[in-house]
Amino acid sequence: MDKYETHEHDVVVIGAGGAGLRAAIEASAAGAKTALVCKSLLGKAHTVMAEGGVAAALASADNRDSWQTHFRDTMKGGKYLNQYRMAELHAQEAPERVRELQEWGAVFDRTHRGGLNQRNFGGHTYPRLAHVGDRTGLEMIRTLQDQGVHQGIDVFMEATVRHILKDDDGHVAGALGYWRESGRFVIFRGKSIVLATGGIGRCWDITSNSWEYTADGHALALWAGGELIDSEFVQFHPTGMVWPPSVKGTLITEGVRGEGGVLKNSEQERFMFDNIPEMFQGEYAETEEEATRWVEAVVSDQRPDARRPPELLTRDVVARAIRREVRAGRGSPHGGVFLDIASKRSPEAIKRKLPSMYHQFKELANVDITAQPMEVGPTCHYTMGGVRVDADSQETGVPGLFAAGEVAGGMHGANRLGGNSLSDLIVFGKRAGEFAAQHAAERSAASSFDDNEVEQQAEKMLAPFGREQGENPYTVHNDLRNMMQEKVGIVRTEDDLVSALEDIGRLRERAATVKIGGNIGFNPGWHLALDLENMLDISEAVTRSALLREESRGAHTREDFPETDDETWGQQNLVTTREESGEIAVRAEPLPEMPDELKELIKE
Amino acid sequence: MIEATNQQVTLEIFRGDDDGGEMTEYTVEVQEGMVVLDAVHAVQAQHAPEMACRWNCKAGKCGSCSAEVNGHPKLMCMDRLDNYEAGETISVRPLKTFPVIKDLVCDVSWNFEQNSRIGQLQPRQGTDWLFTQREADRVQEFRKCIECFLCQNVCHVLRDHDRKDDFVGPRFLVRLASLEMHPLDDGDRLDEIKDEYGIGYCNITKCCTEVCPESITITDNAIIPLKERIVDRHYDPVAWIWRKLTGQK
Repeated sequence: MDKYETHEHDVVVIGAGGAGLRAAIEASAAGAKTALVCKSLLGKAHTVMAEGGVAAALASADNRDSWQTHFRDTMKGGKYLNQYRMAELHAQEAPERVRELQEWGAVFDRTHRGGLNQRNFGGHTYPRLAHVGDRTGLEMIRTLQDQGVHQGIDVFMEATVRHILKDDDGHVAGALGYWRESGRFVIFRGKSIVLATGGIGRCWDITSNSWEYTADGHALALWAGGELIDSEFVQFHPTGMVWPPSVKGTLITEGVRGEGGVLKNSEQERFMFDNIPEMFQGEYAETEEEATRWVEAVVSDQRPDARRPPELLTRDVVARAIRREVRAGRGSPHGGVFLDIASKRSPEAIKRKLPSMYHQFKELANVDITAQPMEVGPTCHYTMGGVRVDADSQETGVPGLFAAGEVAGGMHGANRLGGNSLSDLIVFGKRAGEFAAQHAAERSAASSFDDNEVEQQAEKMLAPFGREQGENPYTVHNDLRNMMQEKVGIVRTEDDLVSALEDIGRLRERAATVKIGGNIGFNPGWHLALDLENMLDISEAVTRSALLREESRGAHTREDFPETDDETWGQQNLVTTREESGEIAVRAEPLPEMPDELKELIKE
Repeated sequence: MIEATNQQVTLEIFRGDDDGGEMTEYTVEVQEGMVVLDAVHAVQAQHAPEMACRWNCKAGKCGSCSAEVNGHPKLMCMDRLDNYEAGETISVRPLKTFPVIKDLVCDVSWNFEQNSRIGQLQPRQGTDWLFTQREADRVQEFRKCIECFLCQNVCHVLRDHDRKDDFVGPRFLVRLASLEMHPLDDGDRLDEIKDEYGIGYCNITKCCTEVCPESITITDNAIIPLKERIVDRHYDPVAWIWRKLTGQK
């Protein structure tokens, strides 16, 4: 098709965060001609915002750690819905992937002995997060970026992919998108395509996610005939900023609690002591004295003889507890709770270990965290749900289509542990790149596709410009975000979810008639108008899955079904598909059977 | 000081491209704690959805939303409206040193080209990868860089003299310093830094250090030590004689 600018590669990677970069590096190293297509400039993807660290059982800070313990913690944190094989590979391969980053130039914080330092985080039995202060994501993305530019990867910045093209046999043939700068259409032909597009957080009002997180890859896979898994599980990080309004939702790293920070309500109570769930009983400190002893030991690089503070419970648990305090009228002035590190660590230690948190509060909220507590509340942060993939190869159900990182589902089950996302990116990014290259090598040429399909899609993308009347896309987007926040948030009910589905229907009608001014050159209103389609489809996938799962587990809490039902729902994953008719359908499927040796690990 | 008591703020934003354009006024309501980027977003949502602007993290971590606000190069996401006087019109322009694509968006691709010229770390053979936090600190300062390119924007060698063919600019001297000063690096880039990356063009006016949102001491900690190493190698007579005698580099 000569009409549109066309590039031809063996492997086309969509998304240039940690997973996309790692996949492109691997594919290129395997000899595949590789394209890396991203919506922003290189190095600005969401990985750059990750703060606390990358989880890997390096056993550098505590030699008792092992992949087996990491596997157990991950499964337990995911409330046993994780695809066990992904959790297994992740725990086994993360240490090697982290050491590799170090060899490529990443400079992680050091222990007293000069090794890689590792920090404590929620749900991890041992200090496991290799980190660089509170800017670990920046270190990772820059390292991968600098490594990647020497691999002969063709980088295409500021291009958005809207559609996966396939051949008559259903194999991927390429990706159709547009240059953000000029608005012109572009086709990336490829024998293999890797989705590494990140998450879906822009469907909610209070979120730590940037404009890029518009569910692109989730929708591309669904539209191409792929399946989503675990869509009901959306992680609300317990500690987002709540004040001032302009920064509501901005992330505060779990590292604050890993470094000794405590949560208090307006009555100055450390309420997490009263919020230890049954499955974690006996594993966390039960008195302030014990918790303090643990912090003091950890801070001085000693092995603690106490149990960890309950502030380091998993994110789902802490987010729900904060919500409960606020609802009970024990919140902070701006509707959060207090996170206090000032009374636990010296100003110097806070500035050294949490420099960007110090800076962020000082600049944006006029709060000096070395002297005052922060006000915090839950913020939409991550989706455990994503494209269903083969654990070993990361290939989706669509031949030639792979997915890695946040866009892929299954690794984290019902709740992700902090630090497991950065390791997920590099473990499965590498695997996706490797297998995508291998798949491409087995095919003689990129498949052909139907030119009419391209024309139809192009026409559809330009439609908003032709309308005389119509709403501003920003208004429709805001209404979607507020609706999802209210009805498909941390705590859900059947009534709210049913009503949310009706709202999504109405929002679809409005989205289909939005009007755009200006021309196609760098036009954010147009970009948003197109993104509404992905966000609406994936909002519906989340809502339908949340409606079907009649229990509370991990990040999914149903007020009308407060119990965890291990007999029924604990044995099933929910799978989302898009039917021929365009309808979004959800069905339950039994969990894969775990081998006995892994079952033994979990029992311990 | 602009405060959020039902106040409004008027922004004057550059609308146009490299062929020209004009400053256009927009008025939006002020909320407490609002930053310039919020006001720009409000303009997009209420008045001009087609206005172009880059941003990502909105927390000073990604370096996407660089612009010149009332003539000062800044990250818009970290520039609070209450830094400005009530009634003051705030002007927002794209970075001057790079060609404008549209409105507040510039073509910064030249920077990415410079980065790809610089090779990777060359770790010592057989290293055990042990080094102290003190050694790490020195390079971690440089690795804080978020590539906002504000330093490139204010560097007069690039901004006023447009010597992009001869000088990589402060950002990439910082990157080179992070490699040269890595405790386990075995590489030698000094000749390239002198001859290819043009460190001699920097005459230490420290404009780059002043605008760095990450407070990296670019001039004192990165550029000057590199200059000193080059002076030691190329212009120190004792060292020159020693090299002649020993045949060392």
